Amino acid sequence: MKKIILYLLILNLLSLNSVMSQNFSQLEIKIFKNIRCLVCQGQSIADSNSDFAQTIKSVVSDKISQGKNEKEIYNFLSSKYGDWIVYKPSLNIPNLMLWVIPYLFVMFGVMFFLKNLRKNRQNK
Amino acid sequence: MIFFFGLTNNQKYDTRDNVGKQISEFELTSVKSNNILTKSDLDRSNFKLFNFWASWCPPCKDEHPFLMKLNKIDKLKIYGVNFKDDTKSAKKFLIDLGDPYDHLLLDETGKSSVEFGIYGIPESILIDKNLIIIKRYIGPINNKDYEEINSLVTK
Repeated sequence: MKKIILYLLILNLLSLNSVMSQNFSQLEIKIFKNIRCLVCQGQSIADSNSDFAQTIKSVVSDKISQGKNEKEIYNFLSSKYGDWIVYKPSLNIPNLMLWVIPYLFVMFGVMFFLKNLRKNRQNK
Repeated sequence: MIFFFGLTNNQKYDTRDNVGKQISEFELTSVKSNNILTKSDLDRSNFKLFNFWASWCPPCKDEHPFLMKLNKIDKLKIYGVNFKDDTKSAKKFLIDLGDPYDHLLLDETGKSSVEFGIYGIPESILIDKNLIIIKRYIGPINNKDYEEINSLVTK
Protein backbone atom coordinates (compact mmCIF):
# COMPACT_ATOMS: atom_id res chain seq x y z
CA MET A 1 0.00 0.00 0.00
CA LYS A 2 2.87 2.34 0.91
CA LYS A 3 4.46 1.62 -2.48
CA ILE A 4 1.26 2.50 -4.32
CA ILE A 5 0.91 5.79 -2.42
CA LEU A 6 4.58 6.60 -3.13
CA TYR A 7 4.09 5.76 -6.83
CA LEU A 8 0.99 7.98 -7.07
CA LEU A 9 2.82 10.78 -5.27
CA ILE A 10 5.74 10.61 -7.72
CA LEU A 11 3.34 10.57 -10.69
CA ASN A 12 1.54 13.61 -9.30
CA LEU A 13 4.80 15.46 -8.75
CA LEU A 14 5.95 14.64 -12.27
CA SER A 15 2.77 15.95 -13.83
CA LEU A 16 2.97 19.12 -11.73
CA ASN A 17 6.62 19.50 -12.64
CA SER A 18 5.90 20.26 -16.32
CA VAL A 19 3.88 23.32 -15.31
CA MET A 20 5.75 24.39 -12.18
CA SER A 21 9.19 24.15 -13.80
CA GLN A 22 8.42 27.36 -15.67
CA ASN A 23 7.29 30.55 -14.00
CA PHE A 24 3.63 30.72 -14.93
CA SER A 25 1.05 32.83 -13.11
CA GLN A 26 -1.89 31.26 -11.27
CA LEU A 27 -4.20 32.40 -14.09
CA GLU A 28 -1.98 30.79 -16.74
CA ILE A 29 -1.88 27.50 -14.80
CA LYS A 30 -5.66 27.60 -14.30
CA ILE A 31 -6.20 28.09 -18.06
CA PHE A 32 -3.61 25.43 -19.00
CA LYS A 33 -5.44 22.90 -16.82
CA ASN A 34 -8.69 23.57 -18.66
CA ILE A 35 -7.24 23.16 -22.17
CA ARG A 36 -7.05 19.71 -23.69
CA CYS A 37 -3.82 18.63 -25.35
CA LEU A 38 -5.15 17.50 -28.73
CA VAL A 39 -2.17 15.32 -29.54
CA CYS A 40 -2.04 13.60 -26.12
CA GLN A 41 -4.13 10.90 -24.49
CA GLY A 42 -6.31 12.43 -21.79
CA GLN A 43 -3.91 15.18 -20.78
CA SER A 44 -4.34 18.89 -20.40
CA ILE A 45 -1.64 21.16 -21.79
CA ALA A 46 -0.60 21.75 -18.16
CA ASP A 47 0.39 18.08 -17.91
CA SER A 48 2.09 17.87 -21.28
CA ASN A 49 5.40 18.97 -22.69
CA SER A 50 4.42 18.12 -26.26
CA ASP A 51 5.14 20.56 -29.04
CA PHE A 52 1.45 21.39 -29.38
CA ALA A 53 1.08 22.01 -25.62
CA GLN A 54 4.10 24.30 -25.56
CA THR A 55 2.80 26.35 -28.50
CA ILE A 56 -0.65 26.75 -26.96
CA LYS A 57 0.87 27.67 -23.58
CA SER A 58 2.86 30.35 -25.33
CA VAL A 59 -0.23 31.63 -27.16
CA VAL A 60 -2.20 31.73 -23.88
CA SER A 61 0.61 33.69 -22.19
CA ASP A 62 0.64 36.16 -25.11
CA LYS A 63 -3.13 36.62 -24.91
CA ILE A 64 -2.91 37.30 -21.15
CA SER A 65 -0.17 39.87 -21.80
CA GLN A 66 -2.46 41.49 -24.38
CA GLY A 67 -5.09 41.87 -21.63
CA LYS A 68 -7.45 39.10 -22.76
CA ASN A 69 -9.49 37.47 -20.02
CA GLU A 70 -10.03 33.75 -19.43
CA LYS A 71 -13.31 33.59 -21.36
CA GLU A 72 -11.85 35.42 -24.37
CA ILE A 73 -8.92 32.99 -24.46
CA TYR A 74 -11.25 29.95 -24.35
CA ASN A 75 -13.41 31.51 -27.08
CA PHE A 76 -10.35 32.14 -29.23
CA LEU A 77 -9.09 28.57 -28.92
CA SER A 78 -12.59 27.12 -29.42
CA SER A 79 -12.94 29.14 -32.62
CA LYS A 80 -9.71 27.56 -33.93
CA TYR A 81 -10.00 23.98 -32.66
CA GLY A 82 -13.66 23.54 -31.69
CA ASP A 83 -15.22 23.25 -28.21
CA TRP A 84 -13.40 19.93 -27.72
CA ILE A 85 -10.22 21.79 -26.79
CA VAL A 86 -11.81 23.16 -23.60
CA TYR A 87 -12.45 20.67 -20.79
CA LYS A 88 -15.25 22.73 -19.32
CA PRO A 89 -17.51 23.51 -22.29
CA SER A 90 -18.99 26.97 -22.56
CA LEU A 91 -22.69 27.52 -21.97
CA ASN A 92 -24.20 27.68 -25.46
CA ILE A 93 -27.28 26.13 -27.08
CA PRO A 94 -25.69 22.82 -28.22
CA ASN A 95 -24.06 22.39 -24.80
CA LEU A 96 -27.13 23.52 -22.88
CA MET A 97 -28.44 19.94 -22.58
CA LEU A 98 -25.19 18.88 -20.92
CA TRP A 99 -25.59 21.59 -18.32
CA VAL A 100 -29.33 21.23 -17.72
CA ILE A 101 -29.90 17.45 -17.84
CA PRO A 102 -27.99 16.58 -14.61
CA TYR A 103 -30.04 19.14 -12.68
CA LEU A 104 -33.26 17.81 -14.22
CA PHE A 105 -32.31 14.28 -13.16
CA VAL A 106 -31.65 15.43 -9.60
CA MET A 107 -34.93 17.37 -9.54
CA PHE A 108 -36.99 14.42 -10.83
CA GLY A 109 -35.16 12.08 -8.45
CA VAL A 110 -36.02 14.25 -5.45
CA MET A 111 -39.64 14.57 -6.62
CA PHE A 112 -39.89 10.81 -7.10
CA PHE A 113 -38.38 10.18 -3.66
CA LEU A 114 -40.72 12.64 -1.93
CA LYS A 115 -43.76 11.25 -3.74
CA ASN A 116 -42.92 7.70 -2.67
CA LEU A 117 -42.19 8.84 0.86
CA ARG A 118 -45.62 10.51 1.07
CA LYS A 119 -47.30 7.45 -0.42
CA ASN A 120 -45.66 5.14 2.13
CA ARG A 121 -46.72 7.37 5.00
CA GLN A 122 -50.32 7.45 3.73
CA ASN A 123 -50.33 3.63 3.42
CA LYS A 124 -49.11 3.29 7.01
CA MET B 1 -30.11 8.43 -25.16
CA ILE B 2 -27.23 10.69 -24.02
CA PHE B 3 -24.96 7.66 -23.84
CA PHE B 4 -25.98 6.66 -27.39
CA PHE B 5 -25.24 10.13 -28.78
CA GLY B 6 -22.01 10.17 -26.79
CA LEU B 7 -20.90 6.96 -28.46
CA THR B 8 -21.83 8.08 -31.97
CA ASN B 9 -20.37 11.56 -31.59
CA ASN B 10 -16.81 11.85 -32.91
CA GLN B 11 -14.75 13.11 -29.99
CA LYS B 12 -11.54 13.36 -31.94
CA TYR B 13 -10.08 16.64 -33.04
CA ASP B 14 -12.03 17.82 -36.03
CA THR B 15 -11.67 21.08 -37.88
CA ARG B 16 -14.68 20.62 -40.15
CA ASP B 17 -16.35 23.51 -38.29
CA ASN B 18 -13.81 25.84 -39.87
CA VAL B 19 -14.77 24.84 -43.41
CA GLY B 20 -16.99 27.49 -45.01
CA LYS B 21 -15.52 30.25 -42.87
CA GLN B 22 -13.08 32.89 -43.98
CA ILE B 23 -9.50 32.50 -42.78
CA SER B 24 -8.47 34.57 -39.75
CA GLU B 25 -6.06 37.45 -39.68
CA PHE B 26 -2.46 36.24 -39.62
CA GLU B 27 1.12 37.46 -39.80
CA LEU B 28 3.81 35.34 -41.45
CA THR B 29 7.29 36.31 -42.60
CA SER B 30 8.04 35.94 -46.29
CA VAL B 31 11.40 34.22 -46.90
CA LYS B 32 11.90 36.00 -50.22
CA SER B 33 11.26 39.60 -49.19
CA ASN B 34 11.61 39.25 -45.41
CA ASN B 35 8.37 41.25 -45.14
CA ILE B 36 5.36 40.32 -43.06
CA LEU B 37 2.53 38.85 -45.11
CA THR B 38 -0.99 39.39 -43.79
CA LYS B 39 -4.46 38.34 -44.86
CA SER B 40 -4.99 41.65 -46.69
CA ASP B 41 -1.90 40.94 -48.84
CA LEU B 42 -3.47 37.83 -50.35
CA ASP B 43 -4.59 38.28 -53.94
CA ARG B 44 -8.21 37.46 -54.68
CA SER B 45 -7.70 36.09 -58.16
CA ASN B 46 -6.68 32.51 -57.42
CA PHE B 47 -7.38 29.55 -55.22
CA LYS B 48 -4.75 29.14 -52.53
CA LEU B 49 -3.38 26.14 -50.72
CA PHE B 50 -1.69 26.82 -47.39
CA ASN B 51 0.64 23.92 -46.72
CA PHE B 52 2.22 23.66 -43.25
CA TRP B 53 5.45 21.70 -43.35
CA ALA B 54 8.97 21.30 -41.96
CA SER B 55 12.18 19.70 -43.16
CA TRP B 56 12.29 17.53 -40.00
CA CYS B 57 8.87 16.00 -40.75
CA PRO B 58 9.05 12.65 -42.64
CA PRO B 59 5.36 12.72 -43.81
CA CYS B 60 6.14 16.10 -45.40
CA LYS B 61 8.59 14.30 -47.68
CA ASP B 62 5.85 11.80 -48.59
CA GLU B 63 3.45 14.53 -49.73
CA HIS B 64 6.11 16.56 -51.54
CA PRO B 65 5.69 14.92 -55.00
CA PHE B 66 1.96 15.71 -54.88
CA LEU B 67 2.70 19.34 -54.01
CA MET B 68 5.03 19.46 -57.02
CA LYS B 69 2.14 18.20 -59.17
CA LEU B 70 -0.26 20.72 -57.62
CA ASN B 71 2.19 23.51 -58.44
CA LYS B 72 1.46 22.90 -62.13
CA ILE B 73 -2.20 23.92 -61.74
CA ASP B 74 -2.51 27.47 -63.07
CA LYS B 75 -5.46 28.55 -60.93
CA LEU B 76 -3.79 27.48 -57.69
CA LYS B 77 -1.14 29.33 -55.70
CA ILE B 78 0.66 27.35 -53.02
CA TYR B 79 1.75 29.07 -49.82
CA GLY B 80 4.27 26.98 -47.92
CA VAL B 81 4.33 27.74 -44.22
CA ASN B 82 7.59 26.46 -42.79
CA PHE B 83 6.65 25.41 -39.27
CA LYS B 84 9.11 25.55 -36.33
CA ASP B 85 12.03 24.77 -38.59
CA ASP B 86 15.59 25.84 -39.23
CA THR B 87 15.53 28.06 -42.34
CA LYS B 88 18.78 26.60 -43.70
CA SER B 89 17.42 23.04 -43.43
CA ALA B 90 14.16 24.17 -45.03
CA LYS B 91 15.98 25.73 -48.00
CA LYS B 92 18.12 22.61 -48.42
CA PHE B 93 14.96 20.47 -48.35
CA LEU B 94 13.51 22.52 -51.22
CA ILE B 95 16.76 22.45 -53.22
CA ASP B 96 16.97 18.65 -52.86
CA LEU B 97 13.31 17.82 -53.53
CA GLY B 98 12.14 20.81 -55.59
CA ASP B 99 10.23 23.92 -54.59
CA PRO B 100 6.47 23.67 -55.11
CA TYR B 101 5.70 26.94 -53.33
CA ASP B 102 4.70 30.21 -54.96
CA HIS B 103 5.28 31.87 -51.61
CA LEU B 104 7.46 30.53 -48.82
CA LEU B 105 6.54 31.82 -45.37
CA LEU B 106 8.03 31.28 -41.94
CA ASP B 107 6.37 30.47 -38.66
CA GLU B 108 9.36 29.95 -36.40
CA THR B 109 7.40 29.75 -33.13
CA GLY B 110 4.32 27.91 -34.45
CA LYS B 111 2.10 30.58 -32.90
CA SER B 112 0.90 32.05 -36.21
CA SER B 113 -0.26 28.60 -37.28
CA VAL B 114 -2.64 28.54 -34.30
CA GLU B 115 -4.60 31.23 -36.17
CA PHE B 116 -5.22 28.57 -38.84
CA GLY B 117 -6.15 25.89 -36.25
CA ILE B 118 -3.04 23.85 -37.01
CA TYR B 119 -2.00 21.32 -34.37
CA GLY B 120 0.54 19.25 -36.27
CA ILE B 121 2.19 18.95 -39.64
CA PRO B 122 1.74 18.30 -42.48
CA GLU B 123 -1.59 20.00 -42.76
CA SER B 124 -3.04 21.91 -45.72
CA ILE B 125 -5.91 24.33 -46.12
CA LEU B 126 -7.54 25.02 -49.47
CA ILE B 127 -9.13 28.46 -49.72
CA ASP B 128 -11.08 30.06 -52.53
CA LYS B 129 -10.84 33.52 -54.10
CA ASN B 130 -12.92 35.01 -51.28
CA LEU B 131 -10.53 33.49 -48.72
CA ILE B 132 -13.17 31.01 -47.59
CA ILE B 133 -11.86 27.63 -46.40
CA ILE B 134 -13.07 24.97 -48.82
CA LYS B 135 -11.30 21.95 -47.41
CA ARG B 136 -8.71 20.95 -44.81
CA TYR B 137 -6.26 18.13 -45.31
CA ILE B 138 -4.87 16.77 -42.06
CA GLY B 139 -1.82 14.63 -42.69
CA PRO B 140 0.16 14.22 -45.91
CA ILE B 141 -1.56 14.99 -49.22
CA ASN B 142 -1.91 11.87 -51.36
CA ASN B 143 -2.95 11.20 -54.93
CA LYS B 144 -6.66 11.14 -54.00
CA ASP B 145 -6.30 14.58 -52.39
CA TYR B 146 -4.41 15.81 -55.44
CA GLU B 147 -7.27 14.71 -57.71
CA GLU B 148 -9.81 16.35 -55.44
CA ILE B 149 -7.95 19.66 -55.22
CA ASN B 150 -7.47 19.63 -58.99
CA SER B 151 -11.18 19.13 -59.62
CA LEU B 152 -12.21 21.74 -57.01
CA VAL B 153 -9.90 24.35 -58.48
CA THR B 154 -10.49 23.71 -62.16
CA LYS B 155 -14.27 23.15 -62.13
